[in-house]
Amino acid sequence: MHILMNILFVVAAPFVGGLLTGIDRVITARMQGRQGPPVLQPFYDVMKLVQKESIEVNSMHRFFVYISLVFAIFTTSILLSGGDILLAVFALTLGSIFFVLGGYASNSPYSIIGSERELLQIMAYEPMVLLACVGLYYADNSFFVKEIINNSIPAIVYLPGVFLGLVFIITFKLRKSPFDLSMSHHGHQEIVKGITTEYSGRDLAVIEVTHWFEVIITLTLVFVFFATETPISKVFALVACALVYFLEIIIDNAFARLKWQQAFTSAWIITGTMGIINLLILSFFR
Amino acid sequence: MKFVTKSPWILHYDGTSCNGCDIEVLACLTPLYDVERFGIINTGNPKHADILLITGSVNEQNIPVVKQLYDQMAEPKVVVAIGICATSGGIFAECYNVVGGVDKVLPVDVYVPGCAARPESIIDGVVKALDILAQKQKYARKKTGKNRINQETAKI
Repeated sequence: MHILMNILFVVAAPFVGGLLTGIDRVITARMQGRQGPPVLQPFYDVMKLVQKESIEVNSMHRFFVYISLVFAIFTTSILLSGGDILLAVFALTLGSIFFVLGGYASNSPYSIIGSERELLQIMAYEPMVLLACVGLYYADNSFFVKEIINNSIPAIVYLPGVFLGLVFIITFKLRKSPFDLSMSHHGHQEIVKGITTEYSGRDLAVIEVTHWFEVIITLTLVFVFFATETPISKVFALVACALVYFLEIIIDNAFARLKWQQAFTSAWIITGTMGIINLLILSFFR
Repeated sequence: MKFVTKSPWILHYDGTSCNGCDIEVLACLTPLYDVERFGIINTGNPKHADILLITGSVNEQNIPVVKQLYDQMAEPKVVVAIGICATSGGIFAECYNVVGGVDKVLPVDVYVPGCAARPESIIDGVVKALDILAQKQKYARKKTGKNRINQETAKI
């Protein structure tokens, strides 16, 4: 039964992720005074890409994005089955690294610049993700998601600073402005498309589906901060996820893309102030 | 189902254009016309694109560029010539450096006349191109058909 539920969650995750991406595109269009595409547009895009020809640059090039998808699925299944959050975070990072290797595999200058920027982004957001895991352990004495979400007091009460820091770096993971310098959804130039520049057809579809999984993974991290043992808190947690996602859409539309230096320093400053001060205060009182 | 007609991604290339048609192509993306309603996205990348929009005539210097852009696009793909310069060379047809319309170099599927082409007619041309794209998709899915398209490309 448990395994069946897990499989169901993992199968449902990309559909929910794709739907959220579609809603994102409609809301973005409305914010810009446009009508916008249908809500199911991301699914149309992916189905089209599956039907198109895939141009193969070299044999390793495609392999890396498929491995990246496998790790995204693995991370989602760990998180949604209530597994170890540390393992999930490291598996997610491994998936990102494979994606970066995919960028390096094609000798295109655009995708190599994209890969370098992606590595800088990983360096920028990773400390905060790890601090969030440490903070959740401090608050709930467990790294397991199923124990963290079954406590009597939500983790947000202990970790408001860590949560704000996490919301800040989620912008990297959702590939939203101002931190979408390695691979933007609004790419009108090759350099902005970064790693995906040399991918086409089915491989590009795989990258898009991986992104849907990543949307679910990041929102699960938000969920963990709000959920407690009472069922009503899970509803609140879902509302919090929706609000955070909406906030990210507003941020995406309100800010221009930053240089990597600014993205990097701002992420580390937020990590240093919000995350570490929160943890220091928490360790002082416990 | 032909999903390619629901999400056509566009690559826009400016040949020897006076920029009039380019402005009109970009006007299609503004809130007034909003082509993203049809799932149309302006990509800057030939490998992601389904439709190649070319404005302006072809000259000796941009022939290799246009050919390379076309070759880098994944099948199925269509070419839309925007404006009278891309169709026949327009008022620049007599210039010493101008070769003529885009069809001198690439197999053009849809011609959109006008100087400059209106955004409405550009959208109309792209929608016409979608039908051709759907036909080409049917064609490309058969193995033999795919080879034939490649041979045709090679001839050019």
